[in-house]
Amino acid sequence: MNETTNGMRPAVELAGVVKRFGDRSGTEVTAVDHVDLTITDGEFFSLLGPSGCGKTTTLRMVAGLELPTAGSIRIHGEEMGLRPPNKRPVNTVFQSYALFPHMTVAANVGFGLEMRKVPQSERRELVDWAIELVEMGSMAHRKPTQLSGGQQQRVALARALVNRPEVLLLDEPLGALDLKLRHQMQHELKNLQREVGITFVYVTHDQEEAVTMSDRIGVMHDGKLLQVDTPEAIYERPTTRFVADFIGQTNFLEATVAGADEVVLANGDRLRLASDHDAGSAVAVTVRPERLTVHRRGEAPTDRHTVDGRVETVTYLGNAVIYGIGVDWMHLEVRCPATLAGDRREVGDDITVSFEPEHAAVVTG
Amino acid sequence: MPVEAPPGDAPVGETESEGASEVATPGLERQAERAKARQGFLLGLPTIIYLFIFFIIPLGFVVAYSFATRTRSGRTELRDFNLDAYARLGDDIIMTVAWRSLWMSVVTTIICLILAYPLAYFISTRTPAVRNMMLVGVMIPFWSNFLIRTYAWRVLLDSDGLVTQAFEAIGLGDGRILFTSNAVILGLVYGYLPFMVLPLYAAIERIDWSLVEGARDLYASGWAAFRRVVWPLSRPGVIAGSMLVFVPSFGAYVTPAILGGNKEGLLGSYIVLQFLSARNGPVGSAVSVVVLAVMLISTLIYFRSGGKNL
Repeated sequence: MNETTNGMRPAVELAGVVKRFGDRSGTEVTAVDHVDLTITDGEFFSLLGPSGCGKTTTLRMVAGLELPTAGSIRIHGEEMGLRPPNKRPVNTVFQSYALFPHMTVAANVGFGLEMRKVPQSERRELVDWAIELVEMGSMAHRKPTQLSGGQQQRVALARALVNRPEVLLLDEPLGALDLKLRHQMQHELKNLQREVGITFVYVTHDQEEAVTMSDRIGVMHDGKLLQVDTPEAIYERPTTRFVADFIGQTNFLEATVAGADEVVLANGDRLRLASDHDAGSAVAVTVRPERLTVHRRGEAPTDRHTVDGRVETVTYLGNAVIYGIGVDWMHLEVRCPATLAGDRREVGDDITVSFEPEHAAVVTG
Repeated sequence: MPVEAPPGDAPVGETESEGASEVATPGLERQAERAKARQGFLLGLPTIIYLFIFFIIPLGFVVAYSFATRTRSGRTELRDFNLDAYARLGDDIIMTVAWRSLWMSVVTTIICLILAYPLAYFISTRTPAVRNMMLVGVMIPFWSNFLIRTYAWRVLLDSDGLVTQAFEAIGLGDGRILFTSNAVILGLVYGYLPFMVLPLYAAIERIDWSLVEGARDLYASGWAAFRRVVWPLSRPGVIAGSMLVFVPSFGAYVTPAILGGNKEGLLGSYIVLQFLSARNGPVGSAVSVVVLAVMLISTLIYFRSGGKNL
């Protein structure tokens, strides 16, 4: 585990951060829209969202490569204001790696130390340490163009880590790698973060990547930070329709809030579900496909929520079976562990779908 | 090293298809290659003939003349080949002209570089539309004849010319620089500046700006990022531009002839003088050969230093 001796000290604090880009025709685009965020020291934090959601812009503002239109950015309590990137205690791993093509791996890794005028002998030691850390020892004298994508990625990582930044910013660093290598690097990155104990702020559009690696995730959409929570909480208790939909597969049941702990589904069924929305507001109840169970009509246990429907499609996936269930007012997807064919429901069967109340979440938007 | 093992049954399929293609096309591949090479040669033939007649042969004459004998009457005869002309190259007059040519073209190159670099940098950091407009601006001078433009400078630099009067008006002292080496350098810089701007622009425009951001992120100040990243990566442009300015400046004839008067002759004027006035073909040819050699060596240095886009 991390040596978080200073407990919950905030590493990065964003308060009311706005970034607008104007173009010549006068139209303004709000890339980042009033983001408030506190990232704890030593944590692996991911900013997750589809492309164009403002996550990279947010990261670039922390790095100082972009200045906020409004708001405040603090790193370990210090206001960054208009400070240029070279005067900030952070380093970035760029999506394109941005390795200097005219320098060797060792010179690339030593660049930051050289700029900070670290004495040569100390510099060499640190460079060796960083290159060994990413297992690139045999490549120290190569040029970046002689390396594979994965190797370049490691060098970019070493080049940033060698400076022992207070916060390491990573902008989709695995985006250019193939799937297999990406999985491997995910593990390595996570282990590396534990080893060096530096706060990682990781930008990605890959929800699986964010869920696997992060201590906490912030989901962004259209410049807004929608939800910040642990991967499990984001998956199990999304608060908005976008978050529920973006992280994995899910079902939405249109509903209206009836009271503090009750919602009414579109077909009139009442569910006991707590929400902090006003009575009468339109919401949706979201349940993951694997949290739903299919029963023969009328055989569902009474302590679970139930919806009647008819099997429309059956998709066999080997380790699972996906049922497409038609309910007269909507469509549900159910993911079941694969059973033998004889025990499977068939297309056209009348069935009942059930779920535990705690596996459902009320979302808006 | 990541191991990319092919699927287990792939090698079998490969061997089979290889064997099949070997049987089906014996030597066909080589025949096709030969036909292609022949076609390329035929396409290039007109140019090859043209260059041979109007470039290689005359060049051969120049080299031959430089070893030839000059008769008393000033005729050059291709007999008794000797090194007399080359022996004359050490003469004070030739050395003076050569040094003057060298330092003038070096100074011209340096001034062009200093003027062109910021401009090229500025252009390459604009939006594409503005960029194109500015590049057209850089090339506008080419729309009129070089000789005419050089004569225009003569008018401007004349004792009652616009530039001279402007100089005196703002109190920069005597503005009369016509027929001095300053006027020649001014003319050379004016004439060759676009040749510096364009390759510099091409080189700087290609630089990945995330590298500069990377450097800034790694504690480099703006100046350090320029010195350590932008400058080294724009070096091919610096070398190409310097070549394109230095080589024609070194052999310049028109500019020194019009703006330098007779006092500030360069090697180009000296060669003309040898052929036309002094009627000394061998010496003129020998100087030409040396000038060509200098240019050839500069070009080789350029290619050796990694430049590929002349």
